[in-house]
Amino acid sequence: MLRTKLAPNNRSFWDRIHCDVLLLLGLLVLMVVGLVTIYSAGGQDLGLIQRQLTRLAVALGVMLIVAQIPTMTYQKLSVYFYVIGVGMLIAVLVIGVSSKGAQRWLDLGVFRFQPSEIMKLAVPMMVAWYISRFNLPPKTWHILVGFVLVGIPTLLIARQPDLGTSLLIASSGVFALFLAGMSWRFISFVAIATSAFTPIMWIFLMKDYQKQRVLTFLNPESDPLGSGYHIIQSQIAIGSGGAQGKGWLQGTQSQLEFLPERHTDFIFAVFSEEFGFWGVVALLAIYAFIVIRGMLIAVKAQDAFSKILAGSITLTFFVYVFVNMGMVSGILPVVGVPLPLVSYGGTSMVTLLAGFGILMAISTQKRIMSRE
Amino acid sequence: MPNPRILIKDHSAEANLFARRTFIGLLVVFVMVAMVLTNLYYLQVSRFEDYQTRANGNRIKVLPVAPNRGLIYDRNGILLAENRPVFSLQIIPEEIDDLDITIQELSDLLEIDDEDVSDFYKDLKGNRRFKPVNLVNRLTPKEVALFSAKQHNYPGVSVEARLARYYPYGSALTHVLGYVAKINKKDLQKLSEAGFEANYAATYDIGKRGIEKYHEEMLHGEVGFQEVEVNNQGRIIRTLNFSPPTPGQDIVLNIDMNLQLEAEKAFDGKKGTVVAIDPKDGGVLALYSSPSYDPNLFVHGISSKNYKKLLTTDRPLFNRATQGQYPPASTVKPLLALAGLEEKVITPESRIYDAGKYQLKNVERIWRDHNPWGHGWVDVTKAIEVSCDIYFYDMAYKLGIDRISESMNEFGFGDYTGIDLHEEADGIMPSRGIVKALFNRPWYIGDTINIGIGQSYWTATPVQLTQAIVTLVNKGKRIIPQIIRGNMQNDEVILQGIRERRPIAMKDEHNWDVVLDAMYGTVNRKGSARKAFRGAHYISAGKTGTAQLVTIAQDEKYDAEKLSKKNRDNAMYVGYAPYDAPQIAVTVVLENAGHGGAEAAPIARKMMDNFFRDQTFPEHQVIEHLGQESENAETTEAEVQP
Repeated sequence: MLRTKLAPNNRSFWDRIHCDVLLLLGLLVLMVVGLVTIYSAGGQDLGLIQRQLTRLAVALGVMLIVAQIPTMTYQKLSVYFYVIGVGMLIAVLVIGVSSKGAQRWLDLGVFRFQPSEIMKLAVPMMVAWYISRFNLPPKTWHILVGFVLVGIPTLLIARQPDLGTSLLIASSGVFALFLAGMSWRFISFVAIATSAFTPIMWIFLMKDYQKQRVLTFLNPESDPLGSGYHIIQSQIAIGSGGAQGKGWLQGTQSQLEFLPERHTDFIFAVFSEEFGFWGVVALLAIYAFIVIRGMLIAVKAQDAFSKILAGSITLTFFVYVFVNMGMVSGILPVVGVPLPLVSYGGTSMVTLLAGFGILMAISTQKRIMSRE
Repeated sequence: MPNPRILIKDHSAEANLFARRTFIGLLVVFVMVAMVLTNLYYLQVSRFEDYQTRANGNRIKVLPVAPNRGLIYDRNGILLAENRPVFSLQIIPEEIDDLDITIQELSDLLEIDDEDVSDFYKDLKGNRRFKPVNLVNRLTPKEVALFSAKQHNYPGVSVEARLARYYPYGSALTHVLGYVAKINKKDLQKLSEAGFEANYAATYDIGKRGIEKYHEEMLHGEVGFQEVEVNNQGRIIRTLNFSPPTPGQDIVLNIDMNLQLEAEKAFDGKKGTVVAIDPKDGGVLALYSSPSYDPNLFVHGISSKNYKKLLTTDRPLFNRATQGQYPPASTVKPLLALAGLEEKVITPESRIYDAGKYQLKNVERIWRDHNPWGHGWVDVTKAIEVSCDIYFYDMAYKLGIDRISESMNEFGFGDYTGIDLHEEADGIMPSRGIVKALFNRPWYIGDTINIGIGQSYWTATPVQLTQAIVTLVNKGKRIIPQIIRGNMQNDEVILQGIRERRPIAMKDEHNWDVVLDAMYGTVNRKGSARKAFRGAHYISAGKTGTAQLVTIAQDEKYDAEKLSKKNRDNAMYVGYAPYDAPQIAVTVVLENAGHGGAEAAPIARKMMDNFFRDQTFPEHQVIEHLGQESENAETTEAEVQP
């Protein structure tokens, strides 16, 4: 880093608190974009903004705390995290609390808790820990074990059912394996196996409402007032925004409530309607900036565990963005994935920023270690 | 170094591998970003206009706005039909969890009967999403207050105000005004056939009868439009554009409401009808048919119970003034006399001797006068004054049916008058051809003789009779009766104008005077209506009539007591006043009442008294007819036809 070179013996304030300034800047810009859009989408409700601000503050606090913990500690705790997480997923299926037709919550008396959130970090940590114990590229045998490690929580979460989260968790594990150097032959095999698995999944694993979502995605106009309504209204919102956008607070689709889930999952449609194509380009640029920064941290990390974990977290973050934008604009089926750091609410905010905390730990602690 | 395993790793190879994989990962990220951007470019730039149109289609709705219906006034500016706000209870079904429970709760609060509920469920089928459906059509102000206090408990239920017709005079004017009621499927079909569907897009009611129906186009007005922005619930957020409706025209009728009310009072529920027309312009001053009914019942949808009540044998829905086809009886004798004079079958001076009987050569049948002893020597004037039957048997015989028929057609018998009501019958003016066509019967000479006293197949509506009298007093000028007087424009009445038909040309104009003088004599000399008009402060003229409804056998005497009520004679009277410059012509029919002079003429008297209530006339003396002095002082009103 430039700053380190200029002042090698005088660590900056940001380094001392283990904070990556560029990453933080990107995250803060996204949060501001989110608040501005939520204000418009939520009918200019300041209460909504207040709650989101509180949530952001808590999440940022968690991020900074996580950033202080040495990466070594994460490496050591990976197995425990993973085992406890899987245990809780099993517990959810047995004694979990249902909400909206899915059993995702664990009632801990004081608060409700979604164990799948832990797994969003525990799975890449576990895979990174396991795979980094061997020389890279990993052998086929290690990759297979890695897939088992990914598969167990994925299936458990898919049973809840929470297809969106299970796919994201699976991809975080697969990214770790990919970055570790999984052979291209194996990658082709996985691709073929996945396509073969699709019909089996369709018949045995997917629930009716999930199938309906896919069918709606394939042809939303077949049921414009029912299941196709979301995606049609969303596309109208995006399309009618044009290149320039209708202007902040001026989106008719969102202001007149034609658009469902305006301030949560479909906030991207509100943003696109009000800020237009150029606004979307700018927003994607910010996301791209964060992804590039994350990947740079991964490349510069000291050890394989850190590299794999940082890369996996970053790529998974991007998958969130892609899946959300894809579903809102109609190129992917609707799965309940919020637009990271922009959508209102969600436990996912805390997990997401905890992930960035780990990235910051990796980013800032390597220099400390190199000096020791 | 913390982990001994790392020691045996090839760090630079691992770093290179990882860097390559990271690069590939980033490459994939950029491909995906490009995919998202391509798709968004397609949506936002390539198909922008398409989606913009759809977004506007979502939010902009063009709503029709109903015009206010024109008001109706009488000739003196009295309001006869007005628009009053009514409150209905509406439900948006999509906003209610359980309709049955909500309706149950509402019926504890408000008066909701089973018919309301079943109508509601009927309307619910095929209703557009988020469109409100009426549950109660007419809330009382108290119910509005009751509901408003608890409205917050019933989201999706609201009180809707609109203007609805109200007829302050109720049953007194029903057969003139008619009424409006909810547009039904048949009306819709007619409207769409006429291309008026769009104009009625927001309209609730349409004229169903009477003036409301006949002058619907004037009264309705032009629909307006409101371009509004709506939200996903269809709720109006704001108005973008408003082109106001053009209200219907306020119209003024020739009706004199005071006179109309007098008619209602005079009949007092008895079956019959009265028509009063201004001979100067054909304006209908009063038109009352008894029994009547309250038109306001129909405006908000009449209940089946109330409707059944109107389907009695007395037929209140039936407009006797324009649809009632009565034998005109002796009321047409002046017109027949005119035909006789014109054809020179009689002259003002020619006389016959009436001994109470009339017989044709070689015909066995005897026709009798209503006066069994006869009226002695009778000329045309006396024949009209005392309503001598024998004179008119003889004259009709001499004229023949063809000439009578032709002449009476000229006075409008057997044809619609053209009054501005759709509820009109044409009556029958018999001729050889018509009787053959209608009854498949040949014409007998006896029929001609009965025609002489306005019987046989001859039927006429009271408005036809009045029109004929108007033609008579106008000496051949034929004016079509008209209820509407004009329309209001900036507080001024724009008159509709008089509609006329081809006038009747008389070879000898003096003939008019002979007949009119005889009608004067009926009232003012020793005629059949003398008693009824005794002491009037104006001079009137007229003719009585007593229409026989059943044939009395040759040697039987008419006995009212023996006949069932519905077969008793109709009492009739036609008249006009003042004699020298007529302002009103009146026809009265009182069903099954008996003698015209005794029963019908007094009603005409009441009407005229009322009409001239504010006018004074110079003292007058009875003008004695210069010709034949009346020999028979006895002038009974009774007339018994053969």
